[in-house]
Amino acid sequence: MEELHEEKQGKAKKERTPMPEQPAEERIKNFSEVALGYSKEDALAEASRCLSCKDPKCVEGCPVNVDIPGFIKLVSEENFEEAIEKIKATNTLPAICGRVCPQETQCEALCVLGKKGQPVAIGRLERFCADYEREKGVKDPEAMTPTGKKVAVVGSGPAGLTAAADLAKLGHKVTIFESLHKAGGVLSYGIPEFRLPKEIVRQELEYIKKLGVEVKPNYIIGRIKTLDELCDDFDAVFLGTGAGLPNFMGIEGENLNGVYSANEFLTRVNLMKAYDPEYDTMVRHGKHVLVVGGGNVAMDAARSALRLGAEEVSIVYRRGEDEMPARREEIEHAKEEGIIFRLLTNPVHILGDEKFNVTGVECIKMELGEADKSGRRSPVPVEGSEFLVPADVVVIAIGTSPNPIIFKGSEGLEQNKRGTVVADEETGATSKCGVFAGGDVVTGAATVISAMGAGKKSAKAIDEYLKEK
Amino acid sequence: MAYKILEKEEIAPSVHRMIIDAPDIAKAAKAGQFIILRIDERGERVPLTIADFEKETGKVAIIFQEMGKSTKQLAKLSAGDFLEDFVGPLGNPADVRKLGTVILVGGGVGVAPIYPQAKAYRSAGNKVISIIGARNKDLLLLEEEMREASSELYIATDDGSKGQHGFVTDILKKILDSGEKVARVVIVGPPIMMKVGTGVASPYDVEIIVSLNSIMVDGTGMCGGCRVMVDGETKFTCIDGPEFDARKVDFVQLMNRLAMYRGEEAKAVEKYEEECRCGLH
Ligand SMILES: Cc1cc2nc3c(=O)[nH]c(=O)nc-3n(C[C@H](O)[C@H](O)[C@H](O)COP(=O)(O)OP(=O)(O)OC[C@H]3O[C@@H](n4cnc5c(N)ncnc54)[C@H](O)[C@@H]3O)c2cc1C
Ligand code: SF4
Ligand code: FES
Repeated sequence: MEELHEEKQGKAKKERTPMPEQPAEERIKNFSEVALGYSKEDALAEASRCLSCKDPKCVEGCPVNVDIPGFIKLVSEENFEEAIEKIKATNTLPAICGRVCPQETQCEALCVLGKKGQPVAIGRLERFCADYEREKGVKDPEAMTPTGKKVAVVGSGPAGLTAAADLAKLGHKVTIFESLHKAGGVLSYGIPEFRLPKEIVRQELEYIKKLGVEVKPNYIIGRIKTLDELCDDFDAVFLGTGAGLPNFMGIEGENLNGVYSANEFLTRVNLMKAYDPEYDTMVRHGKHVLVVGGGNVAMDAARSALRLGAEEVSIVYRRGEDEMPARREEIEHAKEEGIIFRLLTNPVHILGDEKFNVTGVECIKMELGEADKSGRRSPVPVEGSEFLVPADVVVIAIGTSPNPIIFKGSEGLEQNKRGTVVADEETGATSKCGVFAGGDVVTGAATVISAMGAGKKSAKAIDEYLKEK
Repeated sequence: MAYKILEKEEIAPSVHRMIIDAPDIAKAAKAGQFIILRIDERGERVPLTIADFEKETGKVAIIFQEMGKSTKQLAKLSAGDFLEDFVGPLGNPADVRKLGTVILVGGGVGVAPIYPQAKAYRSAGNKVISIIGARNKDLLLLEEEMREASSELYIATDDGSKGQHGFVTDILKKILDSGEKVARVVIVGPPIMMKVGTGVASPYDVEIIVSLNSIMVDGTGMCGGCRVMVDGETKFTCIDGPEFDARKVDFVQLMNRLAMYRGEEAKAVEKYEEECRCGLH
């Protein structure tokens, strides 16, 4: 009996509890969330796999050092309320991070179980706890004693939202300025509904407003007011303006009709709901769609195009699958949905017809060349291997740079060559007095969790700065 | 957020002027800049040039012609109604300096954007010669305002029902030929008019500036939908423009890109008008 039990448990420990999902053939017809979330039973089974390591490696892999074994233990004790409290002690947006963090390169990459088998599904458990809390109704925050200090936060992505929430909790009066009509940054305009339901983002925003944070949409710093003017009006400023300026490849035919930046395509589809006929937003619904890039953005664009009714969607990426920066899960989901992966391939030239509409993309095969100094083998074109991929929509998802609008009309903010803001890694302090920065505007396009972590560090540093001021 | 419509007036058949209560924008606005509005949650983001603004009262004026579904819907709103979103000022301000003599050319609803420029160039100490035009006299906009704002005003109509029979570009050529020393020509209007105007003025020793009206989403450099070819390089109209050196603009590409959603737009208008007939709006 005893033995059997152990064997069962041993087996259970090896296998990760699968995530319930919408079947691929169903989900490509809708924009609803793909991963449905663990049931209580799933969560308990998965939590029981954790060894509660004395020296937990997973925590080191987490950019904000969530007490992972701590919260998982509480889950296994069915104490979900305290479990979510434990996560929220360091992670402000667990419902979001549980869904979009690249766990396989962070916490789960270092989990000891991963050495021999599959790591604990930390992200799924995190999501479960956050969803549990949301379904039950999040408690309203308690009123804080006001410090009388005013802080401006520019940008309402994960960096700005986190900084704002933490500063408000410390009693500072926070105003968020957002240039778009809706707050949330990439969470609202970039990441699609089927990966991150906008209702979750809305509820996080509600909570932040309950903390007393004022959110001003349609308010562009650099146009309505300069950064210098903000500095005069507020005691401190946090810049979380992200990296929202799309890069193009500079190849022929890139301005043809039907060629989009991923930002434009995703903004039209997600933020402006082009998939919903009740909305006025226009977007080309391509039959043959080609997406250039290998990150989350490329996966999101490809899968959105598929859901808009494309017959064939392919991703063109100049390196191999292992080099793709996208989350593993998104790559898997994309494949299940029938997205074609054209790896070690690069577009050279986009073709169009006499009406200026895109008709196809000439691509070239790539091979990995000699390793460079960093040991990375960069792809080089294979001569004479050009071939044509027909396409009526092309989406370019090859990266973004910080948006320069924020710098208009103000001085003294040091930037480096790539246009990112130079900021202290620990505090986010910039070269301009009273101005702190964090997230993609400092790092270039990165992750939700790193932006959130930067917002947290800056909030602490701003609080100290305000005390000394 | 909601932005109140303070006044609305039909200033020509299917052309409307609206005054919006937007104090932050009024305070920051400069001639040559634009706004983006959204009527409601389901609406498109519509870019429109700021036709006038008053810092003291916080009023911002826009002028639009009923064209697509959104502008038709906008035309149905009245004073007292609200717009869901109204964001700006967007784009770089017009490069207004004291230059001497400046010719401003505006055609159709393009007269609206040159009105604030005429005022700005005039108060910067320039001699402002304005040439405005329309298909016929009923469609001619802002004649009185433009007369007041300009040192000289010329009018052209396609059918000759007012001013000179012909195009604004004909008058432009005449003035440039007259030998008057002109420092700059600013042309705003339909792309074809800007293209023709640029062709007319190019042989003369004069700076030519056009203000482009690309398709836009955000107006802040985020989407690249507004990209145009200028001097062989891709530029974003919303952050690099909207003003560009006319001689360097690829107008053919601009016109092609503006046609991107023509089919979809026609369908949207048809659907909207059908719904209106059924009393849905
Ligand atoms: C399609 C897509 C998918 C992604 N998927 C993932 C994923 O699965 N996992 C992951 O970890 N990361 C993902 N990322 C990356 C991640 O979203 C970003 O790293 C993160 O959002 C950066 O946060 P941020 O707060 O620095 O900036 P952002 O989220 O970019 O927010 C910046 C905000 O500032 C506003 N702003 C900019 N300039 C001004 C101004 N002058 N005045 C006022 N407001 C201004 C912008 O409108 C924007 O709302 C994805 C990104 C994209 C585009
Ligand atoms: S490393 Fe893995 S097994 Fe160890 S505590 Fe972290 S999640 Fe649990
Ligand atoms: S309108 Fe989006 S970049 Fe110009």
